[in-house]
Amino acid sequence: MNQVFSLIFAPEFGYSVLRVTTPIMFATLGALISDKAGVMNIALEGIMLISALTGVVFSALTGSSGVGLLAAVLAGGLAGLFLAYCALKLKTDIILSGIALNLMASGGTVFALFLIAGDKGISSSLASKVLPKLTIPGISSIPVLGTMLSGHNVLTYVAFLMVAATFVFLYRTPLGLRIRAVGENPNAAASVGIGVTKIQYLALTLSGMMAGFGGAYMSMGYVSWFSKNMTAGRGFIAMAAEAMGGATPLGSMLTSLLFGFFDALSNTLQLMKIPSEFVNMLPYAATVIGLVLYTVQKTRKERLARESAGAAPAVTGATAGKKE
Amino acid sequence: MTRQQRVFEVVRTSLAILIALTIALVIVLVVSDDPGDALGKFLLGPLDSFRHFGNVIELMIPLTFTGIAISVMFTAGQFNLGAEGGFFIGAIAAAFVAINFSLPPVIHPIVAILFGSLVGSLFCGIPAILKVKWGSSELVSSLMFNYIAFFFGLFLINYYMRDANAGAMVSYLFKPTAILPKLVPRTRISVGILVAIALVVVAWLFMQRTRWGYRIKLTGANAKFSRYSGIDTNSVVIYSQVIGGMIAGMGGSIELLGMYTRFSWQNLPGYGWDGVIVAILARNNPLFVPIAAFFLAYLRIGADIMSRYSDVPNEFVALIQGTIIILIAASSFLAKYRHKLVFKEATRKPVTGGEA
Repeated sequence: MNQVFSLIFAPEFGYSVLRVTTPIMFATLGALISDKAGVMNIALEGIMLISALTGVVFSALTGSSGVGLLAAVLAGGLAGLFLAYCALKLKTDIILSGIALNLMASGGTVFALFLIAGDKGISSSLASKVLPKLTIPGISSIPVLGTMLSGHNVLTYVAFLMVAATFVFLYRTPLGLRIRAVGENPNAAASVGIGVTKIQYLALTLSGMMAGFGGAYMSMGYVSWFSKNMTAGRGFIAMAAEAMGGATPLGSMLTSLLFGFFDALSNTLQLMKIPSEFVNMLPYAATVIGLVLYTVQKTRKERLARESAGAAPAVTGATAGKKE
Repeated sequence: MTRQQRVFEVVRTSLAILIALTIALVIVLVVSDDPGDALGKFLLGPLDSFRHFGNVIELMIPLTFTGIAISVMFTAGQFNLGAEGGFFIGAIAAAFVAINFSLPPVIHPIVAILFGSLVGSLFCGIPAILKVKWGSSELVSSLMFNYIAFFFGLFLINYYMRDANAGAMVSYLFKPTAILPKLVPRTRISVGILVAIALVVVAWLFMQRTRWGYRIKLTGANAKFSRYSGIDTNSVVIYSQVIGGMIAGMGGSIELLGMYTRFSWQNLPGYGWDGVIVAILARNNPLFVPIAAFFLAYLRIGADIMSRYSDVPNEFVALIQGTIIILIAASSFLAKYRHKLVFKEATRKPVTGGEA
């Protein structure tokens, strides 16, 4: 037990939490944007896979990690657009569209990988590039904090900036207001002249781009290759993180960090004599528990609100009855 | 549904499959050096030998189980994707009974399958209970539980059932009494197929002829209406998913005892996801599930044969599957023709229309 604590309280652990949180955080922000527009993007998992492969392929082709990132984000946006087309134009149920896209991504990336790299498991034969790590001057020299906060992949910093950017976008711009209006009440939004479908198209595309960042990080930062189904449910975890974060950017960030913590913990515990299966289970179990705890307190809050709201008229009703 | 509408649905489904196959054709044309040969293997390979056709039927069995499991849950409007984990954990439970119990021949597999079904139903019941009690999305929690089932199952195999002499991460051999007898010689088609056929009929009768099935359908069609008409929708939500999990667990048990002599899966087998396609193709109707399962199994085996004898990897089936899901579930796909059909019907029989 002491060993666990000494591992967790080491500054390296803090570093690894931020490292594993990054893809979850991007995906969670992706879930947030689409959810705000009232459309559910369960294809985040598949989109991340598509982007991860795209990033590897384009960075290997051009020799530039920047081009790889750009291609990955664009691919994510296109996949989001495709999902929007299926759900909004073809009117396929959005969950089924998402399942379909996930299936296509999981098989299609292996298919494409085999055609491009001649291997069905891993892209190691491609000379793909990795996005640079940033050492932040000033912070890097602070003892504990420096180890934790400095020297991360550039996308880790981008992820945190994206939280702020998403907040500003959703709450401080006219477009963000429209997105929220559409999600809150599409009929009311349409009645004041907002193009509901157009907004939802946009939201799903942005959501896909966000997942695209996450995918790019997976294959060009977290590790330096693409491997089959490498996202391992992070897109689904992100959906839980978004719900638990109360559908706000700040909440999403905190819950992503929480799940990142368990992810990092499971990586750390693998060094110890605990059955690896249990350790691997940790992030998923933590997600379920987190989701349940969140919904428990939410239903309790709603019940309290209902009771206090329901109590008032009941009393006046009773007194009114007496007066008659 | 009138006869015309039924014909229309058949046409719509066929057209969706045709479009998906056309996409497959284009992919093969682009990818392969010898597209003619690859396509021949893909489309006709399953028919070229008794063994290959046997493979199709073998694969059809688990797909029928997960297809019906998903159909029941989707009919109730529950997006529980736990059939994948239920299938896996059910198989683990069956393996436990098959390895550790000593029972007479016929009883042994029955006990194993029943135990697998029980574990599967508990597994899919958890997300249902979480949803009813606290409103946690069954979609997200069932997805998480799939991973939990996978790692927990591997843990059980690794620590309690692992055969250290086997070299790989596999369980002990099942007791011979537990293994399902083969039905067709020279294939691995077991008596499990009889259970699958029985399940199809029972599931159809359950959905069409019982009060329980009717409540499931009504809740799925309109939960609010069902609640106001006095149906306890919470219990429907739970029992539909418990039944779905039971069927998935049963499928996993039968697959394992019918096809293998020890537990050797290193990955989730993916039949739960395939069940989604089967259910959509079959329009959630248990009677159509075997047809859809046969179709998907045929595609799968065809692609496997093709990838073995040509330069096209079999994963491209996933692209076909995705396309089929999207097109068939697309309510605006050919919607104009449906409107025309309904309109024609309405205007043609203005007198009898009121009586119906």
